[in-house]
Amino acid sequence: MTADHHHPAELAPVEARVAAIESVLVEKGVLDLDVLDGIVQHFEDNLGPMNGARVVARAWSDPDYKQRLLADGTAAIAEFGFQGPEGEFMVVLENTPQVHNLVVCTLCSCYPWPTLGLPPKWYKAPAYRSRAIREPRALLAEMGTDIPDDVEIRVWDSSAEARYLVLPMRPDGTEDMSEEQLAGIVTRDSMIGVQRL
Amino acid sequence: MTSGLDDASLPRDNGELVFEAPWQARALAIAVALVDKLGLPWDAFRHRLMAEIAKDPERPYYESWSAALESMVVDLKLTTSAALDAASPTEREPL
Repeated sequence: MTADHHHPAELAPVEARVAAIESVLVEKGVLDLDVLDGIVQHFEDNLGPMNGARVVARAWSDPDYKQRLLADGTAAIAEFGFQGPEGEFMVVLENTPQVHNLVVCTLCSCYPWPTLGLPPKWYKAPAYRSRAIREPRALLAEMGTDIPDDVEIRVWDSSAEARYLVLPMRPDGTEDMSEEQLAGIVTRDSMIGVQRL
Repeated sequence: MTSGLDDASLPRDNGELVFEAPWQARALAIAVALVDKLGLPWDAFRHRLMAEIAKDPERPYYESWSAALESMVVDLKLTTSAALDAASPTEREPL
C-alpha cells in the first residue's frame, strides 16, 4: 500500500474503534498480537465450506458414516478434526425428496464456523433473517432455488443451542464419482439450504 | 452459485473472501481471543452481539460486532470509553 504512504487513507470510526480496543488490550497484556494474527490466519486458511463439503461427500459415500453423522453431528464431524467455537453442538439435517431444510439465525448470525467458515453477508442481513421464517419458499425462489410445492420446507433457527448443517441430496449421475470429486461439487449454499444441487 | 442476495462475492475456493476489510478480521479475532483468554463461554460475547443487532438491525454487521466488543471490555473493566477515545488512531497505519 505504498500509494497510501503520503496520503493516509481516512479511517472509518468503527475501524478506529476496533484498533483502539486492540491496542488497549495488547498494552494491558490481556491479548497478544501473535495470537490475534494466528486466529485471523486460521479463519482465512482452515475454516470454510470446503470442510463441510468433505463431511457431506463422506456421508454420501459411506452409509455408516452418514448414520453416525445424523445421530451425533458434533462427534462425526470431529472425526475430521473440524471442531471449536460455534461447532460444539452440530445437528445435521438430511434433505429428502419430501423435505428441504433451510438454516437461518433470526437473532444474530450463528453459523457453524468449523464446517462452513464465517457466514456470507446475506446470511447476516435483516432481509434474510426475517423472510426465511416468514416466507421461505418465496425467498428461496428469489435466490434462484425453486422448491416444488409438494416438498415441505423446514426452517431451522440457530438461535437455540444448536448449529445446523444441511446434508443435501446426492445429485443423480454422480454414482461413479470418488469422495474427493463429490466434495468438489458440494457448495456452501447447499449446506445452508438456499440451493439444491 | 445462487445467492441473489450476496453482494460480497470475491470468490475463493468453494466459498468467498471471509472478510471485507482487515479491521473486520481483527474485530473477530479480538472477540475470539478475549473469551478464550478469560475462560468465558462464547455466549458471553454472542449475547452482546445479539443485543447490539436488535438495538439497530440495519447497522452494518461488523459495526454491531464492534459495539458488542466495546460493551464487553468496558463491562469487564478492562478499559473505559474515555481510554478508547484516547487510543483511537486518526489515520490508518502504513501496511
